[in-house]
Amino acid sequence: MPQLDDRKEHHSELADGVSAQVPTTDEVQIKTPENIGGMGHRKKRKEDPRFLQGKGNYVDDVKLPGMLYMDIVRSPYAHAKINSIDASAALEMDGVLAVITGEDLKAAGDLHWMPTLMSDTQMVLPIDKVVYYAQEVCAVIATSRYIAADAIEQVFVDYEPLDAVVDPFEALKDNVIVREDKEEKTNHIWHWEAGDKAETDAVFNDAATVVKEKMYIPRIHVSSIETCGMVANYNKAREHMQIYMTSQAPHAHRTVFALVSGLPEHKIQIISPDIGGGFGGKVPVYPGYVICAVASLVTGKPVKWIEDRSENLQADSFARDYHIEAEMAADKDGKITGLRVKTLSDCGAADAAANPSKFPAGLYSICTGSYDMKAAHVEVDGVYTTKPPGGVAYRCSFRVTEAVHMVERMTEIMAHELGEDAADYRLRNFIQPDQFPYKSPTGWEYDSGNYEAALKKAMDMIDYRALREEQKEKRAKGELMGIGISSFTEVVGAGPSKDYDILGIKMFDSAEIRIHPTGKAMARFGTKSQGQGHETTYAQIVAEELGLPADDIEVEEGDTDTAPYGLGTYASRSTPTAGAAAVMASRKIKAKAKKIAAHLLEVGVDDLEWNIDRFQVKGSSDQAKTIQEIAFAAYTNHPQGMEAGLEAVDYYDPPNLTFPFGSYICVVDIDKGTGEVKIRRFVAVDDCGHIINPLIVEGQIHGGLTMGLAPAMYEEIVYDENGQNLTGTLADYLLPTAVESPKWELGKTITPSPHHPIGAKGVGESPTVGAPPAIANAVVDALWHLGVRHVDIPITPPKVWKLLRDNGVTD
Amino acid sequence: MIPAAFDYHSPQSLDEALSLLKQHGGDAKILAGGQSLIPAMRFRLAVPAILIDINRLDDLRYVEERGDHLAIGAMTREHSLEDSSAVRSSYALLYDTAVVVADPLVRNQATVGGNIAHADPANDHPATMLAYGATVVAKGPNGERTIGIDDFFTGLFENAMTDDEILTEIRIPKPAAHTGGAYTKLERKVGDYAISAAAVQLRLDGDTVAAARIGLTNVSPVPMRAKAAEAELVGKSISDAVIEAAGKAAAAECDPSPDLRGGVDYKRDVTRVMVKRSIQKAVARAKGGK
Amino acid sequence: MSEHEVTLTINGESVTRSVEARTLLVHFIREDLSLTGTHIGCDTTSCGACTVLMNGKPVKSCTVFAVQAEGAAVETIEGVAAGGELHPLQEGFWEKHGLQCGYCTPGMIMTAKNFLAQNPNPTEDEIRRGISGNLCRCTGYNKIVEAIQYAAEKLQADAGGE
Repeated sequence: MPQLDDRKEHHSELADGVSAQVPTTDEVQIKTPENIGGMGHRKKRKEDPRFLQGKGNYVDDVKLPGMLYMDIVRSPYAHAKINSIDASAALEMDGVLAVITGEDLKAAGDLHWMPTLMSDTQMVLPIDKVVYYAQEVCAVIATSRYIAADAIEQVFVDYEPLDAVVDPFEALKDNVIVREDKEEKTNHIWHWEAGDKAETDAVFNDAATVVKEKMYIPRIHVSSIETCGMVANYNKAREHMQIYMTSQAPHAHRTVFALVSGLPEHKIQIISPDIGGGFGGKVPVYPGYVICAVASLVTGKPVKWIEDRSENLQADSFARDYHIEAEMAADKDGKITGLRVKTLSDCGAADAAANPSKFPAGLYSICTGSYDMKAAHVEVDGVYTTKPPGGVAYRCSFRVTEAVHMVERMTEIMAHELGEDAADYRLRNFIQPDQFPYKSPTGWEYDSGNYEAALKKAMDMIDYRALREEQKEKRAKGELMGIGISSFTEVVGAGPSKDYDILGIKMFDSAEIRIHPTGKAMARFGTKSQGQGHETTYAQIVAEELGLPADDIEVEEGDTDTAPYGLGTYASRSTPTAGAAAVMASRKIKAKAKKIAAHLLEVGVDDLEWNIDRFQVKGSSDQAKTIQEIAFAAYTNHPQGMEAGLEAVDYYDPPNLTFPFGSYICVVDIDKGTGEVKIRRFVAVDDCGHIINPLIVEGQIHGGLTMGLAPAMYEEIVYDENGQNLTGTLADYLLPTAVESPKWELGKTITPSPHHPIGAKGVGESPTVGAPPAIANAVVDALWHLGVRHVDIPITPPKVWKLLRDNGVTD
Repeated sequence: MIPAAFDYHSPQSLDEALSLLKQHGGDAKILAGGQSLIPAMRFRLAVPAILIDINRLDDLRYVEERGDHLAIGAMTREHSLEDSSAVRSSYALLYDTAVVVADPLVRNQATVGGNIAHADPANDHPATMLAYGATVVAKGPNGERTIGIDDFFTGLFENAMTDDEILTEIRIPKPAAHTGGAYTKLERKVGDYAISAAAVQLRLDGDTVAAARIGLTNVSPVPMRAKAAEAELVGKSISDAVIEAAGKAAAAECDPSPDLRGGVDYKRDVTRVMVKRSIQKAVARAKGGK
Repeated sequence: MSEHEVTLTINGESVTRSVEARTLLVHFIREDLSLTGTHIGCDTTSCGACTVLMNGKPVKSCTVFAVQAEGAAVETIEGVAAGGELHPLQEGFWEKHGLQCGYCTPGMIMTAKNFLAQNPNPTEDEIRRGISGNLCRCTGYNKIVEAIQYAAEKLQADAGGE
């Protein structure tokens, strides 16, 4: 018998049933019994027992013998020349081993600068000047956290303050140059366009109605409850660097570390242990990580660095910060025909975006949303300011939230301008189910969708028509009630290798499955859960494919020494990529299992059929071999000439992105006295294709909704004119509590992705993308009759109060 | 964020605490609930050389009606106010206030005395105590003295006590018949310091306001009474117009600073709204409503 | 700098350690006692990740000095599962998917434990206010509320059965 080479199986042979459009349903598909617990089961999470008993293992829980602690001296200025750094007093303190400065890093091999993921450069530690408030200036290494904290007070830095430039429009004038290290003395970084300009201009020339709006999508911060941190442990004898790190992408980080430091990649092990929330904030490489690793190299001892919350909020990557000018055109029938958008992207002091695409503005050109239109043109310019570099995606694909907010606001404005009901207007402008796969005017191919089904379901759930009647009655009495809709299209799962990479590394992801002789399995992945429940959902995918009970499958991620190479978890990419890899690896195993079963049953391979957890002779279910029996045989009784064992690895490069979608409806009541907005109800209908675990999907949606509420009403990073961060602690950067967060009401439709092997799409971020415009639209809907057209998020009581008073409304 | 080192004393009696305070003078700081002080120390905004922790002074923990007043021991934890049946039944303004001080966990540690002694206009109790016309009891090396609340707050984070005194008790006059009070607080989110809040305590004679005191939170550099607003109420028959006039007077007399919570115009106007809402609630309660 | 001897009970066990006066209770628990289930999420007494029970009351252990816990009974998440059996709250968080990254979970459970002792039959609104000193970034709180409701019912049923 010829030797089976698992790795040469072609993907197309494994991806059965792929590529056809599948009709929308609302029933979760369950094919396996509960004891197997494959797809569709509301399975309790396998990872929970350790967390529930305080036995998680986060980076700050790692304690190594002889471990030192690092603390960082940070700049009190947004822009200042550094005349000198005097660390002598700190160095004299008991327990202080070293103070690391930019000069030290330079001497160590030009490590004072590092590349960003966007091929820009970013200071690790400064030599000449600082370019943002709270920038890392130098680091103290000491024998305890407390001594390190004392020692940073004893480092004296002589600064010469320079003018800050906080407003990106001001920055474009180049009066203050942020990056004097660059050859070109300008703050303008890049210009990017998508869509057809001439065609779009023509559409606007022919338009019967054009609406315009300026909007600002403010700078925010993911603020996972665990901050960032590292324990770097360099072993001089082995020339080996072991790193525990809050990393959403440990393999990519290992490669970056190898490239930057010159250490050979096989001598670097990155372990991303339990992660206390990521949301994009643990994708970038921050200066603190690099300094910490250098500190361990220099001292030869383990060094721990854990950020304070204020450091995390003040210096780590922000999200958003987009200044948008949008125009939407409609023809004489009110049909949307075009979209024209100009955007300024405030990048801070470096373009350090955690953007896995080749496009500087990420997936922003998805901005035509759920609407079928002839033409669109998008321009974005990136600019430096004296603010922390970034950005990250804040629980979404890069720049999708900005795009969706803009198009949903514009569609709402257009509907109101035309005097049409906002729901009916959307229904008649949606891309229709028979148009999929749909080619968008900016070049995207939407894999699948049924927008009408989702919106109608949301309307039914909330009794939309009755709410409109109630609103009329309330308005007659002078009460302010608003109903807001958002029918968003997400784009996740980065991504097809032609357009997506990190520093040239393509955006595949991986799974490696090993089935042990007793029928238990180990499955390892290139992604890294930060709370998404991978240990459970991946096990369910493998259970679905191989019939092994999910409880018999140990899922492991995050250790670069053991897991297959992958690009990590963000942009809702784990299910679209590593989830697909799990399917493909399982199917490779299944192909071998079939040969073993044929051998055991003494029949031909073609005589066998798969039945949940076994191969059986067609039409004869009593002649069967379970996956466990086959696994045992793979080690004890496999056919002569066949390689022993039952395992496979798969690197999955998705053929396209996936396009989850949904419709949200929000009802608000406004307090005319204070300007407070009270969310009365919020219905969210999501479509993420086939559902692996409904319990986890619901949790992801709830969480995403609260992270949509947050920037819509509470969170914003605010700077004063000198570039000082005014919202640098959780006392002023307002994360919603259980009181602000409404009781979310969920519904679902299921429109499987035609190109994903199990029809799944990814879900963790859709609600973050979809919720803000629903809330903003509801507020504007409550105030439209007063003449209000738009309000920027976060929609705070003072903003609403001003709109009320400016339009003559008081209590 | 780690506090600078300090010397720590944990006196077992008030006298011991007072003698430590006398001994160390300005170098020492009293540690009550610590829910404002410890965060300030973590940011090294406060760097006391010596901390005198008075949490062992269990004698200073009580909430009870004594004769014509409610006596609250200074080290009473905030949560004890919520739990007190006397507070629940007869001191609606205090109850309203107690449940909106910070968050439930902070209230388990924070103390009523600390909240007042800190003399932070953003804290909630100062306005409430101003509206009640409370009395503060302070003890020092020369014995005990009482300070009327109107004389207690002397500046931002400054009170009328001397460096060697410790606040021991707060006395709230027992409300007469037909008295009602309420605290209305506008927050950016639950548990935050107020954007503005109004404490109102008033007594009705039929429909006429016989007496009224109003305190405002976080709209002035020093905790303040809204005396002009009170004047709009006292002697008047209660009506929407009178309530509006009181609200407007408060808006005019307060002195807010612009910050992340809003601009001056906004804070003045919502002070008007908070005062109105507190008056309406206080009137309803004075008339026997809940 | 002053060093102080502190004796307290942690999850029922008496311990004595010498600490610097400024040592925060949360660092004492995590570093001196190696009980790392109690977490740190902020520096402004805002997040509640560090919540422990001190003499039965939940407090933010980042805003209490270890010396202040002298003589106190401190309970952390590690002490909640009595005899290895999950507490109804732990069970509720598991059944109802009340946790995702798990970082805020110990604090939430400690807060909820005292909350249910005070208020065994709470409304949803009371639960939401009861946990308003604890921030969660993952769950959107719906399922945390459900988890606490689950535990309330279970505890009520257990109490009724005795």
